[in-house]
Amino acid sequence: MDTMAAIKQTFFQECEEQLAELEQGLMTIEREEGDVETINAVFRAVHSIKGGAGAFGLDDLVRFAHTFETTLDGMRSGKLDATPQIVRLMLRSADILADLVRISRDGGEPDQARVAQMSDELSRAGGAHAAPVPEAMPQPLIGDGFEADEFGFAPTPVAFDFGADADSEPADTGVDEFGFAPVAISFDTLVGDVEEAGQTYDIVFKPAPGLYAKANDALRLLRELGRLGDMTVTCETDTVPLLSELDPEGAYLTWKIELKTDAAETAVREIFEFVEFDCELSIARRLNLDGTADVVAQPMEDLVPADEPVEVLAPIAPVTVAEIAPPAERTSPAAASQPVQAATAQQPTIRVDLDRVDRLIDLVGELVINQSMLAQRVTEAGIARLSDVAVGLDDLENLTREIQDSVMAIRAQPVRPIFQRMSRVVREVADMTGKSVRLVTEGENCEVDKTVIERLADPLTHMIRNAIDHGLESPEKRVAAGKPEQGVVRMIAAHRSGRVVIEVSDDGAGINRAKVREIAIGKGLIEENLQLTDSEIDDLIFAPGFSTASTISDVSGRGVGMDVVRRSIQALGGRITITSRPGKGTTFTLSLPLTLAVLDGMVVTVAGQTLVVPLSAIVETLQPKASEVHSLGESARVIAIRGSFIPLIDVGSVLGYRSDEAQPTHSVAVLVETENQSQCALMVDGIIGQQQVVIKSLEANYGHVFGVAAATILGDGRVAVILDVDAIVAGSRSEAARADAIRKRNAA
Amino acid sequence: MSKTILTVDDSRTIREMLKAALLDAGMEVFQAEDGVHGLEVLEGCTPDVIITDINMPRMDGFGFIEAVRGSDKHRAIPILVLTTESVDEKKDRARRAGASGWIIKPFDPVKLVNAINRVAA
Repeated sequence: MDTMAAIKQTFFQECEEQLAELEQGLMTIEREEGDVETINAVFRAVHSIKGGAGAFGLDDLVRFAHTFETTLDGMRSGKLDATPQIVRLMLRSADILADLVRISRDGGEPDQARVAQMSDELSRAGGAHAAPVPEAMPQPLIGDGFEADEFGFAPTPVAFDFGADADSEPADTGVDEFGFAPVAISFDTLVGDVEEAGQTYDIVFKPAPGLYAKANDALRLLRELGRLGDMTVTCETDTVPLLSELDPEGAYLTWKIELKTDAAETAVREIFEFVEFDCELSIARRLNLDGTADVVAQPMEDLVPADEPVEVLAPIAPVTVAEIAPPAERTSPAAASQPVQAATAQQPTIRVDLDRVDRLIDLVGELVINQSMLAQRVTEAGIARLSDVAVGLDDLENLTREIQDSVMAIRAQPVRPIFQRMSRVVREVADMTGKSVRLVTEGENCEVDKTVIERLADPLTHMIRNAIDHGLESPEKRVAAGKPEQGVVRMIAAHRSGRVVIEVSDDGAGINRAKVREIAIGKGLIEENLQLTDSEIDDLIFAPGFSTASTISDVSGRGVGMDVVRRSIQALGGRITITSRPGKGTTFTLSLPLTLAVLDGMVVTVAGQTLVVPLSAIVETLQPKASEVHSLGESARVIAIRGSFIPLIDVGSVLGYRSDEAQPTHSVAVLVETENQSQCALMVDGIIGQQQVVIKSLEANYGHVFGVAAATILGDGRVAVILDVDAIVAGSRSEAARADAIRKRNAA
Repeated sequence: MSKTILTVDDSRTIREMLKAALLDAGMEVFQAEDGVHGLEVLEGCTPDVIITDINMPRMDGFGFIEAVRGSDKHRAIPILVLTTESVDEKKDRARRAGASGWIIKPFDPVKLVNAINRVAA
């Protein structure tokens, strides 16, 4: 049972792969880049799913896969053209198939009406002759019942099970009954049912050369026949020519067999099933009293098939040599017992419970903390840098980092599955909105931690919906604007300086800034006379409660706004930004950490607190000179660096650690770059050092705190917070804007 | 005497199922993922029976059977075709390619072993 459960898991895993392949293939065909092999691969994907599903008795899945496969077969054999309509139908069918797989795995009820409708469409597309849908599937592998027609060969299925039972193991009940029954009773049995009482068959079997050419063998068939009952075999050798005329690959013998058995005729015929076209065969049931009485009177031992078929076949053995010896030389099976390492194109993989990997990652996290603790102790103890201890510690650090990288790589996965899921979203939303959309993806092989990927699905789905529903114009408007009717949504993933960047862009109309502004004012999000830059207006889209859709459509208006998207990205330690060009389209850019587990950080102190600034955000650090610091207005200050002025932000006051702003000349300025490429200088009191820290979610353990991305445990065991640089920059800006507005109002 | 079986199937699920059923029956199992791979594996072993799928990438079951039947070393190995179709036409084509017999998917372990016994010593 355990094996079956494990295989079932494999099956669902494989289904996911097949579904991805299916969709990929169909999309290739849609782009008219497919060849014969693409269609074959698509067919095989559905075929494999059907095959596996059959083994587990997943009837809904089998039935739909069968219909789908039949239509695909039409395409494969060239009876059905891959028109855009047909390919779209198949893509939607692939979605249904994916649903059915998921329902089979996770439970739930399929939308029967939708499945039926799709089956219907598929059948109609496949041609006038709708695929005969298998009504009842054969029994699953688990369980011992088997269907009579499994071999598609059962003229009288009623008796088949009985025969099959006798075939594998002597049927206890039957034999018992017969074994101990007095002869007199056998007449009752006779009158009642001839079949059950056992009978004699006269079989004439004349193999043709083709039988041997297919590696079948009269000897084995006779042996199997012998297992059904008591058998006498005579071999007719009349037609065997002289040795000089004998064709070693010819067939010259005819076998006459008298078989007394309880088995039904179908069971007898089944033995010859594989060779029925390669032999002359007649099976006649003898219905005489003698034969039957014989069987009934047999002691049980004789009735039970002989364990050693050789005995039964003994009389014929000498004659068989010439004929039964296979036409070609056979190497000894013993030579085959050496296991062969099959050359596989694929890398061998193992499946591991995610829990175990998580545990490992946790442990490595502890190791990293421990290592940094040791390092700190060694420094504190004043041990020389070149001492053995310090050198050993350096090695330990290298090892730790390597272990950590390797462990992280275990969970790294390409973003491909999530991208592929998005193509379904595109189809659905395009259908709903009546827009024609093409999804272009790039960088699907970019690897990101599994936990990051999993949490990307919702934000990406929403962004794609948004891009199609709000971003793209209607086909008419596009044509009027001189654009192609079909809109393009692009999804690009790339690694950029230790983070993964995902862009979702459309070639639509771009953000209607006047309208956004209007809505924001209407909703009281901004002051009416507030001057905003273009990018600040675009940013309003992320404001809570904001919606640009004048009418709430099916697609939008699901109660999820871009603010939720931004929050979920931020919860991942990521950032989202927007750029838009009127008439050209809009691009959302997500920047995400590759993993949620560790971070390279700079440990700094601010007002007696220890903080960590993510290294990825830091450009440089410097000690401001009084001559470089300039005041702007009452509180805002900037620092002049290489000819440009960069805002100075006092982290201590933004986070509320102190009320008075620190003196820039007594601080260290950490120059950071935010996601929208603007630079700021964070003022901190001092720098402790650079260190890799293990991220512990603050949200999970405490709650969201402004300006804080997460927490970590330092070498000395203290908890330090990791700064959310973007939030702090944005926070200080709005602070400054507010202060500015208040000042202006007071002045007026 | 334990039999050695080579299974050729592109579906991991089916491969694992076959393996489980065959190991249960005390047989030794080699596996290959498609026809080309199957021929490669055959270079290093001579199984008593080959069980092959039909729809596979690179080289399908028909091509694989023909290749095995065409080789001097392996042409006498019984080959069972694993198929989802019980349609005569498909069985016919497998037979013409040189298959010794066939097993209909989903297979029953008892029937699988019976079919093997019918074609292998």
